[in-house]
Amino acid sequence: MQFLWAFVVGGAICVIGQLLFDVVKLTPAHTMSTLVVAGAIIDGLGWYEPLVAFAGAGATVPITSFGNALVHGALTELQNSGWIGVISGIFKVTSAGISAAIIFSFLAALVVRPKG
Amino acid sequence: MAVKSAGGGKYRKMSMSPKEYQAFAKTREPSRSVFGNCIRAFIVGGAICVLGQAIQQLFIHLAHMKPEDASNPTVAVLIILSVILTSLGIYDKIAQFAGAGSAVPVTGFANSMCSAALEHRSEGLVLGVGGNMFKLAGSVVVFGTVAAFFVGIAHLIFGTGGAH
Amino acid sequence: MLRGKQTWKFDNRPVLIGAATVVGPDEGDGPLAAEFDLVHPELDMQQKSWEKAERLLLEQASEFALNNARIEKEQLQFYVGGDLMNQIISNSFAARGLGVPNIGVFGACSTSMESLAIASLMVNSGAAQYVLAGTCSHNCTAEKQFRYPTEYGSQKPPTAQYTVTGAGAVVVAAAGDGPVVEYATIGKVVDLGIKDPFNMGAAMAPAAVDTIQAHFNDTGRTPKDYDLIVTGDLASVGHPLAKELLIRDGVPMNETTFKDCGLMVYDVERQKVQAGGSGCGCSAVVTYGHLLKKIAKGELKRVLVVATGALLSPLSFQQGESIPCIAHAVAISGGKE
Repeated sequence: MQFLWAFVVGGAICVIGQLLFDVVKLTPAHTMSTLVVAGAIIDGLGWYEPLVAFAGAGATVPITSFGNALVHGALTELQNSGWIGVISGIFKVTSAGISAAIIFSFLAALVVRPKG
Repeated sequence: MAVKSAGGGKYRKMSMSPKEYQAFAKTREPSRSVFGNCIRAFIVGGAICVLGQAIQQLFIHLAHMKPEDASNPTVAVLIILSVILTSLGIYDKIAQFAGAGSAVPVTGFANSMCSAALEHRSEGLVLGVGGNMFKLAGSVVVFGTVAAFFVGIAHLIFGTGGAH
Repeated sequence: MLRGKQTWKFDNRPVLIGAATVVGPDEGDGPLAAEFDLVHPELDMQQKSWEKAERLLLEQASEFALNNARIEKEQLQFYVGGDLMNQIISNSFAARGLGVPNIGVFGACSTSMESLAIASLMVNSGAAQYVLAGTCSHNCTAEKQFRYPTEYGSQKPPTAQYTVTGAGAVVVAAAGDGPVVEYATIGKVVDLGIKDPFNMGAAMAPAAVDTIQAHFNDTGRTPKDYDLIVTGDLASVGHPLAKELLIRDGVPMNETTFKDCGLMVYDVERQKVQAGGSGCGCSAVVTYGHLLKKIAKGELKRVLVVATGALLSPLSFQQGESIPCIAHAVAISGGKE
């Protein structure tokens, strides 16, 4: 059942992105930045986690979840270590995503050339 | 030098003002098929999320991970898939069809980094790959981080202390 | 030699004694494929970078043009060229190989006619006997510099244009057999405030209109003096705009055939090129590969090529500036009258 909601919620977030492309005429960079900030704010309000519980990967796969994860890191560390956690915790949760992207992009660049 | 008189008749110079021309050009601009693009984005984006859901279930059931712990390797697997598709030259073809459906999921983030890394390999590993990898993804990281900082500050000020 | 405000009449009738074009796979898949001297089957042309591939195109086009003109490069006095790359490196590295005194020009996609105009001026005025004019562009170098890495998944809107992978070069001589350059009209920079780099056609159309009107006003000619008037790369969005603007201002464009190189080099219905071709190579390969051959066969007697260029940089766009554009027109005839 969660598979269906993953499809619907994930698809819906992508449709929001598409509307930002086609109607608001934002560039991809502007659109993704907007979605990330939206994810961060929504998690700040405490509404993103329920969405994850409901839609699973439909909420964790879109780039909005990156904002969610950054805020999670900050707030968890805030609780554990006090005010400095707001800065020191930000990348704690997202480390897997960013590290994977850097490492595998680098490895790809070693062996592959762009096709055009 | 003498100016040869225009036997063919003088044509008056273009008479539209910038504002008039911009409005005129807008009326002649072929419209994007917004509805079609949204349908395609919905389907492809949804499909990528379903794939993520399936991978996550595999990690939970086969590797006996807790759901919170499974999301990290799930994201890593999706990123690897995106890097492979980008390296094969397939991701950009999918994107012309899917638009935001391939750009919004984390696979689009990985594609932006991998494509920049591949493209700038010709400038060397340090200045090319290292210096340009975040060319497109940098905005996302910067704005996400700054937003998270302000959200954290807001929680600090309002004393909600990160109760999650 | 000066006619009106911005046109040169070449009374000594410089001749285009040899030309050549070298293109990439997409152009080789288009309607004019048989007209090009060489079609590369792969975009990288076995080079280590896109930039090296673009350079190779121009080097080959120059070499073949000299062969077709039946002269040696030592007989050239000057080489006038340019391209889209930062600091016009493709031109400079090709010039290095030619070893000919070089004038580098930047007119974006209008470089083909800009360089031809200058070369014709030099030959007409006796400043040179043989001048090579050439330009090139490559789809991947343009995407990398102006837009996104080539493997990046961005969805191009229908107004976007597809940079031609191709180089065209021509030898202009004081005497010989071949089509003759009659006039060149140098364009002004025109900017009506279009900011969208994915809609260059709309940005460039007013510049084409301005130059075409100036050409007719300066020379006293009218559209029906030409069998064909082509714009460089206005493509499917900009070309109808230009036509409508010209007709609104009383220029009877319906009395001639008015086409666009960006719509001729590709089959816009079948190939995935959005609005059509663009790039320095676009007007160069269509003019030097296709139009000159038609003129030599007598199928076209007199042609006006109006190459159009968008003079933005990636930085100017990021800083919120609009797109200033320019168009240069050269009138070429079969030389029989």
